[in-house]
Amino acid sequence: MTTKLVGTPVQRVEDQRFLRGQGRYVDDIANDPSTLHAAVLRSPHAHARIIDIDVDEVLDLEGVHAVWTHDDLAGPMAEPLPLLIPHPSLTHGRTQYALAKDEVNYVGEAIAFVVADDRYVAEDAVGRIRVSYEFLPPVVGIDAARAATHLVHDDVPGNIGARMEQHNGDAPAAIAAAPHRLELDLTIERSACTPLEGRGTVARWDPDVNRLQVWSSTQTSTGVRAAVAVKMGLDLGQVDVITPDVGGGFGVKINHPWPEELLVPMAARALGRTVKFTEDRREHFISSAHERGQVQHIEVGFDDDGRLLGLDVMFWHDHGAYTPYGLIVPIITSTQLLGPYKPGAYRVVFESLYTNTVMVTPYRGAGRPQGCYAMERTMDAIAQFLGKDRAEVRAINFIQPDEFPYDHGLIFQDGRELEYDSGDYPASLVKLKALVGWDEFPAYKAEMAAAGRQVGIGLACYVEGTGVGPYEGAHVHIETSGKVKVATGLTTQGQGHATVFAQLVADELGVKHEDVEVVTGDTRRMPYAVGTFASRAAVMSGSAIHLAARRAKEKVLRIAAEALEADEKDLQIVDGVVSVKGSPGSAIDLGTVSVLSNPLRYAFDEASKAATQFSVGDPGKPPVAEGEEPGLEGRDFYSPERATFASGMHAVVVETDPETAEITILKYAVVHDCGNLINPMIVEGQIHGGVAQGVGGALYERMAYDESGQLLNASFMDFLMPYVTEVPDGIDIDHLETPSPLNPLGVKGAGEAGVIPSAAVFAAAIEDAEGIPIIAMPISPSDLFHLRQIHAKEPS
Amino acid sequence: MKPAPFAYTRPGSLAEALATLAGDPDAKVLAGGQSLVPLLSMRLAAPSALVDINGLPDLDGVTVTASGVRVAALARHADVLASAEAAAVQPLLAMALANVAHPTIRNRGTTVGSLVHADAAAEMPVVLSLLGGSVDAASTAGTRTIPAAELYVGPLQSSLRHDEVAVSAFFPALAPGAGVAFEEITRRQGDYALCGVAALVDGASVKVGYLSVSDVPTVVDLSGIPVEEMGEAALAHLEPADDIHATADYRAHLVRVLTTRVVRSAYDDARGRR
Repeated sequence: MTTKLVGTPVQRVEDQRFLRGQGRYVDDIANDPSTLHAAVLRSPHAHARIIDIDVDEVLDLEGVHAVWTHDDLAGPMAEPLPLLIPHPSLTHGRTQYALAKDEVNYVGEAIAFVVADDRYVAEDAVGRIRVSYEFLPPVVGIDAARAATHLVHDDVPGNIGARMEQHNGDAPAAIAAAPHRLELDLTIERSACTPLEGRGTVARWDPDVNRLQVWSSTQTSTGVRAAVAVKMGLDLGQVDVITPDVGGGFGVKINHPWPEELLVPMAARALGRTVKFTEDRREHFISSAHERGQVQHIEVGFDDDGRLLGLDVMFWHDHGAYTPYGLIVPIITSTQLLGPYKPGAYRVVFESLYTNTVMVTPYRGAGRPQGCYAMERTMDAIAQFLGKDRAEVRAINFIQPDEFPYDHGLIFQDGRELEYDSGDYPASLVKLKALVGWDEFPAYKAEMAAAGRQVGIGLACYVEGTGVGPYEGAHVHIETSGKVKVATGLTTQGQGHATVFAQLVADELGVKHEDVEVVTGDTRRMPYAVGTFASRAAVMSGSAIHLAARRAKEKVLRIAAEALEADEKDLQIVDGVVSVKGSPGSAIDLGTVSVLSNPLRYAFDEASKAATQFSVGDPGKPPVAEGEEPGLEGRDFYSPERATFASGMHAVVVETDPETAEITILKYAVVHDCGNLINPMIVEGQIHGGVAQGVGGALYERMAYDESGQLLNASFMDFLMPYVTEVPDGIDIDHLETPSPLNPLGVKGAGEAGVIPSAAVFAAAIEDAEGIPIIAMPISPSDLFHLRQIHAKEPS
Repeated sequence: MKPAPFAYTRPGSLAEALATLAGDPDAKVLAGGQSLVPLLSMRLAAPSALVDINGLPDLDGVTVTASGVRVAALARHADVLASAEAAAVQPLLAMALANVAHPTIRNRGTTVGSLVHADAAAEMPVVLSLLGGSVDAASTAGTRTIPAAELYVGPLQSSLRHDEVAVSAFFPALAPGAGVAFEEITRRQGDYALCGVAALVDGASVKVGYLSVSDVPTVVDLSGIPVEEMGEAALAHLEPADDIHATADYRAHLVRVLTTRVVRSAYDDARGRR
């Protein structure tokens, strides 16, 4: 038997290429002197009316081919960009235009689009555009948005884009009747995905066939394709969108179409030339998307054991200047806040607010880090109030293994019921406590204190709804060479899809891993797809690929059974050869099966002779039997009823310097349950990356807007994405595998998990080290220094 | 993030470079480019021309004598850091250089370039000032030596003229019996410091240099002050400011903490060298 690959740490097939600099990203496409390059004039003001745009000096510049402003756009292109995910509660949704019309609402909003011989000239040209503005008062930050002294959009009262409430039971009454009550006010600041490759688009119009080819650094090539076709008035069949290697997405590239994803194709068709836009780092900070900023008010009622009786949460979500991605982030916060716990009666209300800042769309975790922060800070507060062990208070509130499926009585981000499919939270906690040394920590803390050192420990738990629908599909094609070509439509940003999807196919078909080639994100190969987000690729495309491979295998066995004059049930496929079990002489390789699957009139090589009309087939039957198709292919789709819920728990030990307030990570432990593991090494890599990003969000990163709406740290010099020197040297990981009943692989998503508990777990550990409540994240040494001063003056 | 147009020349001799600079007041010298190139890319600087001195002969190298370390214009931070002889004669060089950005930046960036870029958040200008070193500057009019005390005239401003090339810097040797130490607090390893402190002690003499807590590299003579009070005394000469990474109060606190720590380390260093 071929050794089973699923569940084993197969080495990534992508890495040789990436590590040797052979990755091929959008900026590497059409790298020849005939390609034209675009640059964008972006608003330098957070809020202003545009009085006039003077582009007269631009076309005088040698090497400039064209300049567009909103006045030059026509038809659907001149309309606002799509609101991708409408929701009844989003009563005042607004989206920007591809190029600003009359008003700008954040620093960085696109105003004019220049195409020139190269990016240098294009930027020179942008510098020559003169815009007259009438300044409007900017609304920056949640406090200003709530005060609503000024409005971002004249026709949005109170700056409130949406107000949404969900409840299960009567939380206020349950809290009022509870033996104990607490209130918490928490804040969490903005951060951003900051992939190392920013956005980028290349487009080429072929006038001979009236077709547009677009390459984009996106998390959804089918989404971009649909948007480009609609906006440019093309049939879907005239547009191909190809996603080459992508240098990170983390959510920001699921939003679409970005202005440049429309403007580049428009320019390519208008100019009859290949046009490229490559976003630079400053542009990424000021014109892509941010996330995370929320203010939260929590009221909780609980009994003497710390059992939740009622939980009432109100939060204010800063969604920036526009709402193209709807309410996904705050809906996720409001539902996933519940984590592994039974909340008693629950009510959550949020307001999603406009500010004159970069818009907010999902960033890895997508609202969950904020929700986890709210819930886990609450758990810690309850434990502190009751003088109980923090792990114990959590354990008493866990949903128990025999309570699945567990219905929270709420509606999740996909419009479906928030119903957890499976999990084992008590077992995870046992593992985590052992992994981090929870029970031994008090002794360690005392020992360190005796040596003049301050240490603290924190833990945080989460549940993550992954693998949301609507669907993904796959196409598996066994070529006459015996090699297997697999296509799925969602895109890849470095996750290792080519490795894990090939593992699934190799196991199902009985072929060698190296004989399977996977293509993702190419609408020519799989035009039906949704995209890569919500930790869904393994669940959705993985399942679809598994099903498609099974269909291909069924066909292999039908054809081989006939060729070998054997019963299908007696056949096996090992290393690409179909044979009759127990009679090794009776065998046929997959390449020959593929030849036989496609009856030929013409032989084009030695192998194909076998399929020609005088060689095979029963002359009394049609060459292609009824219900069959020529070719050795399998195609299938996977569409689940609802999301599958992964879970995990993190613990961290930190040291805080009594003098400098520097915060050092001493130990980081993760227990993770994403169902069956396809490739444990890749899952651990996802956790490592998530934890690194979480360390950034908890201890380093913030979007430093000043009161006028200027982003003061729009560079990697001042936006402190952690270096390898800032993330833990080692992360201790333990897995639990609670299979999902919802998909054929029993898998759950793993991509976002590592980042979810960061703010919560670091706040808890620092609070434990310092004895000071931590209610605002992220936290820097300077912040901690000031907290110490405040609490030294007013002991709590 | 593409620079505005500029002319580029790569002269083959120092005389040619100096003549070009003398003829164009808006030209800038390009050596390691680790500060200049980002400024160009962000269009915060738009010089008419870059005079690339990387092709000039005889500007390479680190020369160590008993009196000190001479660093030529094209010596990279990494070259100076790798010189065991330099570290033996003036140990503060290596102590500070290990904190200059990251290896990739140290491999390209030049020590002399950093000195004349005159950033008060950079390590090497403070080191030069603390040690009482100097920079040699050449122009078509000849060569002059600029003492560190006269080099730094304002924020990002040195007394180097636009027509001059800083051809070398000299860091005096550590006197027998003296000791040095360096420490800085950064948000991330290799970042500009929130506060950095270099100390030079020699018997009763205590001099301390500060980075990131004033507009210009600042050295304060703290001789005769009890070590616990030195930081507070130094603050009278410093102007820590708020920025997005830290408040002025926190920086002032770091001045107090680090001054005591670093002066003590410098005395330990002196004792260790006996």
